Amino acid sequence: MTTTAGTSALGQLRSGTGAVSRARQRARIPADVSLILIGACFVLPLLWLVFASLDASAGHEARLPGRVSLDNFAAIMTPGLLFQPLWNSMVLSAGTAAVNLVAAVLAAYPLSRYQSRFNKPFMYTVLFGTCLPITAIMVPVYGLFVQLQLLDSMPATIFFMATTTLPMAIWMTKNFMDAVPVSLEEAAWVDGASGLTALRTIVLPLMRQGLGVVFIFVFIQAWGNFFVPFVLLLSEARQPAAVSIFSFFGQHGAVAYGQLAAFSILYSVPVLALYVIVAKGAGSSFALSGAVKG
Amino acid sequence: MAVSLRRDRSGHRRRHSGLRRQARLIPVLPAVVLLLVFLAGPVLWAFHASFTNAALTGRNARSPGWIGFDNYARLLSDPMLPLSLGLTVLFVGGSAILGQNLLGLTLAVLMRRARRTVAAVVGTAVVAAWVLPEIVAAFAAYAYFSRDGTLNQLLGGLGLGQTDWLYSFPMVAILLANIWRGTAFSMLVYRAALNDIPGEVTEAALMDGARGWQRLAFITIPMIRGSIATNLMLITLQTLAVFTLIWVMTAGGPANASTTLPVLAYLEAFKFGDIGYGTAVASVLILIGVVFGAAYVRLLRESKP
Repeated sequence: MTTTAGTSALGQLRSGTGAVSRARQRARIPADVSLILIGACFVLPLLWLVFASLDASAGHEARLPGRVSLDNFAAIMTPGLLFQPLWNSMVLSAGTAAVNLVAAVLAAYPLSRYQSRFNKPFMYTVLFGTCLPITAIMVPVYGLFVQLQLLDSMPATIFFMATTTLPMAIWMTKNFMDAVPVSLEEAAWVDGASGLTALRTIVLPLMRQGLGVVFIFVFIQAWGNFFVPFVLLLSEARQPAAVSIFSFFGQHGAVAYGQLAAFSILYSVPVLALYVIVAKGAGSSFALSGAVKG
Repeated sequence: MAVSLRRDRSGHRRRHSGLRRQARLIPVLPAVVLLLVFLAGPVLWAFHASFTNAALTGRNARSPGWIGFDNYARLLSDPMLPLSLGLTVLFVGGSAILGQNLLGLTLAVLMRRARRTVAAVVGTAVVAAWVLPEIVAAFAAYAYFSRDGTLNQLLGGLGLGQTDWLYSFPMVAILLANIWRGTAFSMLVYRAALNDIPGEVTEAALMDGARGWQRLAFITIPMIRGSIATNLMLITLQTLAVFTLIWVMTAGGPANASTTLPVLAYLEAFKFGDIGYGTAVASVLILIGVVFGAAYVRLLRESKP
């Protein structure tokens, strides 16, 4: 039976539905087992994060804490260590997402609604912009910020971070806007409404969900960004959690792995929650298709 | 249609219509200004600064002098360049093109055959590593590969020898960490692509007696080759830019054994204080990115006339 699983499955496929489902169940077992094995490999590195955060005497090894305690969380719940950096991350990410959304919506509207010789080259330039390795331009950006005396400035950092995600945001916003039918606006145009009025009153409400996806997408990227604020924001009072967690690692990491893990978890929760919202609300393939398809 | 409607109404003012059509593009301006100032600006400035002796501190920080091709001459004779280029190629080829790409495809194919709940749970585990902030993922990978970390615990449990991965095999640790971190993207792309294959095609092949691997090689893969090309380009560009993971795990060490180009540019500019030379290294990286980016745009343009 098992040796000819392939052909017998085929035979049963032709003979009857009950047999088919049984054969399919059997064919599924190898796929299930391999998937579970691969999945386990992906979970393993995360185990340490969870175990160590609950273990007051944690090291590098993943072990079940002898006594589950929230001491690590209590130790880092101070304004200087946790709340100020998280607030900075919040300002940085929300600011970046807001700048992105305004600039992307404004840019996407004419590109989506009016034919122009300018559209295609612009969209391909934008697409090209999504490809630039941002890490590569951080050294020149630092040089530029020194010359313009913008180093350690929150607004300048927000505008720079917004620009790094702007190409992707424009691309996604235009795709979402293209999906809103033009016919409704045409009626408004005939009634004498200007393009921007039609945008505000008709198009934007209809693409709420898409705008939410763009906002969250940019927010998650900005929240997790380490390198840009690491290079551009120097004073501790302005550094977001991504950077302060790294300095914490440098200063106390060798002695306080449990606290490092607890800090990491608290810092990760907001983006995990936002990702779940996008994935549940819109389907992750939907969000991805907005980003990837042409 | 609406456009022609409007133009008919204002037919007598045709002289202005060109001007009006230009005016419609005004909302694009904020985005254009941002892109010019913060993206095009630094790229151009990079090529300029790579011809100067700009420094992090001191006299040359305020008024860098023009030194022509000196930085590039130094770069070409620097033994770090071939080493760093080689490590970057190894990193991108091993972790993105082979690792993430093949594992992502494998996962997507397996998920179509496996039970729905198993696929969902494993999918969540794979995506979790990808959604986490990069610094947290880097810490987790660091702990996993460190001397008394989880990997050595497992190897010890199996009765195998333990090594200090981050010191003895830094590139292996970084490659595996980046596969762990990034496979979710390829998996999502391939799941979407496989869902687009019409069911009749697979059924027809099944009826003709094609075995699993035959269907994969002769039907599935040719049908999703567009997605494969797109995915390869995007993960190559993403992996080229990886800095945080390497910086936290090994900081380019030991003895430069894991110094990829982004790490080299950072070290030269900020550790050794030579912004001009660091920018020259960054310019090489930007050029590689430009080549791949242009290839990607061309690919999309050809697939979509």
